[in-house]
Order: sequence, then structure tokens, then C-alpha cells
Amino acid sequence: MKISRRRFILSSAVAGGGVLIGYAATRPSRHRVANDTLAQGEERFLTSFLKIEPDNKVTVYVSHSEMGQGSHTALAMMAADELDAAWEDVKVEQAPATDLYATGDMAVGFAAEFGVPSFLMPLIEASAMKIAQVGNLQTTGGSASIRFTGQMGMRVAGAAARQMLIQCASEQWDVSASECTTALGYVQHNASGQSLSYGELAEAAAALEPPAEPVLKDRSQFNIMGKAISRVDIPAKVDGSAFYGLDYKTDDMLFAAIRLAPVFGTKLLSVDASEALQRRGVQRVIELEDSVAVVADNYWRAKEALKLVKTEFESSENDAISSADLAARFDAELASSDGSEDFELGDAGGNLELAEDQMEASYRVPYLAHAPMEPMNCTVHLHDGIGEVWTSTQDPLAVRGRVASVAGLGENDVTHHPSYLGGGFGRRLPFNWNVIDHATKIAMEFDVPVKTVFSREDDMQQDYYRPAVTSNFKAGLDSNGKVVAWQNRYTGPVQTPGAAHIPYDIANQSIRYVDGNTHVPVAAWRSVDHSQQTFFTESFIDELAHRAGTNPFQFRMELLHEHPRHQEVLRVAAEAAGYGRNLPPGHALGLAVQESFGSICAEVAEVSIDANGRPVVHKVTAAIDCGWAVNPDTAEAQIESGIIFGLTAAMYGEITIENGRVAQNNFPDYQMVRMATAPEIDVHIVESGESLGGLGEPATPPVAAAVTNAIYILTGQRVRELPISKHDFSQDSSLAGV
Amino acid sequence: MANFKVNGEEHSIDVEPEMPLLWVLRDELGMTGTKFGCGIASCGACTVHVNGNAVRSCVLPVSAVEGQEVTTIEGLAESSVAYYEPGALNAVQQAWIDYQVPQCGYCQSGMIMAVSSLLTANPNPTDAEIDASINNVCRCGSYPRVRKAIRSIASA
Repeated sequence: MKISRRRFILSSAVAGGGVLIGYAATRPSRHRVANDTLAQGEERFLTSFLKIEPDNKVTVYVSHSEMGQGSHTALAMMAADELDAAWEDVKVEQAPATDLYATGDMAVGFAAEFGVPSFLMPLIEASAMKIAQVGNLQTTGGSASIRFTGQMGMRVAGAAARQMLIQCASEQWDVSASECTTALGYVQHNASGQSLSYGELAEAAAALEPPAEPVLKDRSQFNIMGKAISRVDIPAKVDGSAFYGLDYKTDDMLFAAIRLAPVFGTKLLSVDASEALQRRGVQRVIELEDSVAVVADNYWRAKEALKLVKTEFESSENDAISSADLAARFDAELASSDGSEDFELGDAGGNLELAEDQMEASYRVPYLAHAPMEPMNCTVHLHDGIGEVWTSTQDPLAVRGRVASVAGLGENDVTHHPSYLGGGFGRRLPFNWNVIDHATKIAMEFDVPVKTVFSREDDMQQDYYRPAVTSNFKAGLDSNGKVVAWQNRYTGPVQTPGAAHIPYDIANQSIRYVDGNTHVPVAAWRSVDHSQQTFFTESFIDELAHRAGTNPFQFRMELLHEHPRHQEVLRVAAEAAGYGRNLPPGHALGLAVQESFGSICAEVAEVSIDANGRPVVHKVTAAIDCGWAVNPDTAEAQIESGIIFGLTAAMYGEITIENGRVAQNNFPDYQMVRMATAPEIDVHIVESGESLGGLGEPATPPVAAAVTNAIYILTGQRVRELPISKHDFSQDSSLAGV
Repeated sequence: MANFKVNGEEHSIDVEPEMPLLWVLRDELGMTGTKFGCGIASCGACTVHVNGNAVRSCVLPVSAVEGQEVTTIEGLAESSVAYYEPGALNAVQQAWIDYQVPQCGYCQSGMIMAVSSLLTANPNPTDAEIDASINNVCRCGSYPRVRKAIRSIASA
């Protein structure tokens, strides 16, 4: 792997002995300053670094949030392996939220790979593909931690440190560095039998000039990467000691329960809090522009008192809007405009008209909430001209900036205290600021810490949702059943360019999108546009396969002859799922494949219809080509996780708008897959050896179409609108065996 | 005054009798291992044991545990009669590590409390019994590993 010359490796001594090796993608001057400051004992840090202490203990500072994906473990593995440390001596710490820990690699990686995703857009000068201000970005998202920060940061820091330690030892022994080897935290000179621990060498190594281009290991040299190493965060997650944002607690803390304007974008008109103020423990009722909050000495007291607060919110033009109105608006937009170009190839329109056979289909998916298990919350303590914030976030640095800006403080006057996240899925990304903004404004009224908590109902009704999308397809087939034209018109916004593109060899394609913005706020939701678009494209290609009279597996394989990696994951998943072999009576297999976030994932769902006409998903078999896996067990866990997340959405997920507001309240009306409905999952990691792909998201997109494609075989009913639970399959017209 | 034991320790707290046990634990006693997930006993993140039986503490008024023994995730290892080995984790906690069950981990306190209660009552549950008893929500989808971990204990 070649390291760009624009990257800089730096080192410095640590107080008490030892060395700190860092790596920076930005200009070095700032980091030299940082190192000087650090040497003087002030807390300033580098982009990604590791610390080696005299007792041979290694600390890896990870700039990403741990929200369940296991990247704290995998990132530390990458640094430790390149360093040749002993894994037992490695400790992981979350890096603080300072601009020197900005995850610039992620932005660089994305810009090179896909263009700029929407959630990074405000930070990037998109026209020039130039990172304008990475200083405000410390994002965990886009399935990016391992493949960008890990590959470009952690491994480089580890390799540089190893080279410096070797150089240091070889100088002490007066031997050639090439005669020295490293293993388990020691440098050895086999010819003379000498050996020194990294800890013994660290202080002297700190004085050396770091190598400009450290050499990374080949995969054959890995000792830690590629192994199923136990996650470092799990012990604390089984005994109740893991600390999440919601767990911050002090004796003098106050708690806020909040009621936000139910129709997005409207303002608070009037409040009658007289009854609430009589309740035990209630300190104040705070009126904000779009909300009212009760602040008490216990969250339950605040929440109960809030029920007694009478509020009037302004009316708006959206007060009568329903999901049906929004769907009609999408239809009208699609009917009246040919939209903006997403992808054009050949002449889709002309070939459609000339085609022997034409097919049309219209697909829809609803808005979805993220519903992480830890309800949204944020504790802010403003005192003595500074701010402290505790909140589970996918971007601590951006939170720091946001709290500072709302509270009128300088960014460096605000400290974010890190915590584990009780799920993220995009909800805790920058720009989804409602809980941060409100918590800060409420805390500005007090000099003690105030914890603002969204109830599950608030969380469901005040999210930034996965966009509802409508997608209209037309395709033309020739007399041999070959697809000659593919046309897709869908409603935006486009958050991840390329999600609607297909890998299939179809000569004439026209993919365009129209405006799909409404008053409902939207954001990235695990796998972003891929979850909607893969349901659409992998369903419609399945329709074409059946129309052509070819089995859906063979049909795809033939159209993928220029995509051998797609073919391989399809082949592996189909083979493992028993495709084409005898299944239990009444069972059928549906399949789907999608490339997203640098990985290609195929899934095969085994489905039956129960006596009540409801689909039962027995098993999902997945094959993913993510290049290779840094930690195969956490990789597998992410595939299981992505499938369950996508299946919940496919089976039950629906946020509906009634009277301008979200109709759902809590888990009973926003159902989840649970133990009884969770399928068996069989994961196959296909190691192609290509560049590392992401793992947090790519398993989510294919599952909806895999399930509905199986339902079609079982019932003859084509599910073109999610969730599946809206459909009745009791009228069996089985195609099984056809 | 509410009087009850948590993990073997007596507590006497001046709170409203209708305050749910969850908020007494979290906001009054500062015991944050028990989690708030939904507030309506739907998701199970708040599961604790009362006299050894799993209950959802977010809807359980503190008056209902007057004089009772409450066990939270923090005290599970010590409280386990069936699985306790001195100095060790409860068998469920250990299986959770062995099978690398947690991801974000937020639901797992409740999941572990629910499972340890099930296994105490029914040491060798069928899949159907597991499905009927463990209906906690895990948004990360740890269910396949939860099942494997339960089976590893049940078959031990």
C-alpha cells in the first residue's frame, strides 16, 4: 500500500517516558504545535495515534464512536498488528473531541470513492472535491471507520512506530536495522540474541525522525488482523458498567422532559404550566421557540408534570397533510417532470418504444424512524464560561461545535465527554441536531447539569427520517427475453449517489429523479439510499426474470458477466442456501444483490406463508465480498445485524404522516423483529483480496427484495409497496415449482 | 418512604409510591445499568428481577416492590443461585462474552436479566419457549447470537 506524501507522521515523548506516534492528513505545522503543547502536559492530540509506555503497554486512541459495530476493537487490531504488539498489552481509548482528531481520512476516502455524501456536504467544497474544513468532522458513518481511518491512519501509525523502534534498537546494538525483527512487543536481533521491549525503547525512539513512508504488512504477515478477536467493549456490556450518554449522573443534576411542535417547523404560541409547576420536584418550565420543557429533579417527575402542561402551537399549511397526500404529490411530480439525470446510457426511450415486450411497475417505500435503543438524550452543563456535554453521538467534534454555537461559547471552551452509543444508525449524525439544540438552550437557564431526554414517543415523532420514495420503472425486452431498455424515475433526495444504479448489462438505461422534499425532515438511515433503491431495482429485475421465463438466479448471472465479484457472492449465497435443490414443502427462495459502501452483498431468503397468510422468514443466507475482513467475527455480527435491521424495515417499518405529524408512538405501532420472528442467519465472507469494503451497512439493502422475491414465488403476488405487513397473502396462488 | 432491597442492600427512599422502579434506580440511586428504552414495558431494556423473577421496571410502581428483593444487572453475578461461582460472572453473562452477543449493548442488561430468569425457571427451554419468553427488542439484531448463547447454557 502506498502512502501519500501529503500525509505526515509525527512523534513525541510522553511525560513519564514513552512515545506517542501520530499521523496526520493535514498540514504538519499544526501538529508540531500540538506535539509541543502535549510535551508540556496539555491535552492536544493527533489524528490517530498510539502511545507506548515504559511498561510495554500500548494505548490506541480511536477517533470513531463505538455504536455496536465493533470498530474500537478492529481499529486497535490494525494499529497493533502493524506495530507487532502483543494484543494482551493493547488498550483502546476513545479519542477526545478536538480538531486534531478530525476524521479527515473518511472525507478523503469518500470523495475519491463515491463523491461526497450529503451528510459531509456542508464541510466539503464539493465542486473541487476538496476538503474545506475537516476540522469540524469526527464522524462515524458510511461504513467508513475501518476502510479509511483504519487503512490510512491506524496501520500507518503502527507501521511507523515499529520502524522507529527497530531503528532505535539497531542503533543501540550497532547492527543493521534489516537484521532486526519484531514480535509481541519486542525488537530482536537473532544473530546476537539481543532483545529489547518496546517500552524500553520508547523514550529514545521519541527523539527519532519518523519515516515518511512506512511499509505496511502483506496479508500473509498479519498476526492480529484476520483473527476473530473478542471485542474490547463486551465485558462492560454484560455487567451494566458500560457508560452511555444517558447514564451520566450527578447529585445536583436536573432532568428535562420536552414537548416539541408536533407538526414539523411550527412554533409554540402559548403555554399554561400552572398545574405542572405544583408538582413535586418541578423546578421550572422553559418555553422555547418550538417547544416547552419541564425541568425537575428526576426524569419521571419531569415527564409526568409535562402531561399537565397545556400548549398551543401555531397552525401551518401542513396541518392537513397525510402520507396519501405526499404519495400523490410524488406521483404528480413524477408525471409532470422528467427530472434530473442520475445515469444515462444509450437510448432507453427509443429502445423502449421499439421493444417487443414492455413492462411497467411502480414501487413505494414509506418514511422510517431510526429508533436506536437508547432514546435521544443530551446533558449539558454550562458553568464558569465553559460548557460540558454528555451525549451519545456519531460525531463528538461536531457536537462540541454545535453546543458552542448555540450557547455562544468558543469551540475550545466546550468539552464533549465520550460514551458508548446505544445505537446510531444515522440518527446520531451531525445536522440531526434537535436534541442537542434543545438540551443546550434548556441548560442555558441553569448552572447545574441538565439532562434532556426524548421519550420513545418523542424519538419516534421527532426523528429525521429515512425518505419515503416512489420509483417508477419501465423496461423493454426483445423476443428472446433480453432486456434492451431500463428506465427508472424516482423521487429524491439523492443522499448517496449511485444507489439506484444497476450492475446489470443493459445497453440502454435512463435513471432520473425528481424532487421528493416535503415538510418531513430526512437524514441518512443505515445504508442511506441503498435500502430503498435496492428494494426497487432488485424487485424489478426479478419481475423481468419471471417475464423472460428465466430463473431469477440465472437471469442475474447472465447480466453480470462483467461483474465477477457480484457473480461470486450470488453463487456462494445461492449454493449455501440450497438454491435449485429441494426445499421443505411450501418454502421458496428469493434473492437479491447490491454493492454499497465498497462491499458487494448477496442475500437469499427462505420464506413460507403461514396459515394466517403471513410470510415467515426462516433463514437468510448472505455472502459478502468486503475485500477481506479485519475481524471475521465482528464482520459476521455486522452482517447479522444489517439483515435484522433491514428485515424489520421490510416486514413492519412504516412512519405515516397524519394531520402533518407522525402517527406512530412507540414499539407497539412501530414493530420490530424479535426473537420469535428473527430468522436463522448464515454468513459467508468472500475474501477477494480487493480493497477493504464497509460492513456496517451493506447487509441491510438486499434483504427486503430477497424476501418479497420469495413471496412472489409462493403467492404470485408482487410486493411493490413496503412494509410487507400491509399485504394479505391468504389468497394463495402459488407459483412454487413453476 | 419506599423500602426495598437492591442487590442485597437495604434502601429507604422518599419518593412517590407510583414512581416506576426504573427511575428510582436510575435517577434516585444512580444505578444506570438498568436501561430506559420505551417506558411502556414493550422493549424489555429495563428488565430487573424482583424475588428472582424478570419484571419490566419502567411500568412497575416502586410501591409494588415494598419489602421485596430487587436484583439489577450490577448484582446479577452475586445473586445467581443456580449459576453462581465465586468470583465468576453469571453463566448467562459468560455465555454473552463467549458468543460475543452484544453490539451496541444497550438492550443487553435487560436481555441478560430476562434470559437468566428464564433459565432459572426452565433450565432447558425449547426454541418456542425461548421465543415466548424472550421478546426483548435488540435494534442491533443480536437475536441469532442470543439464541446460540442460551442453547450453550441449556445444553451444558
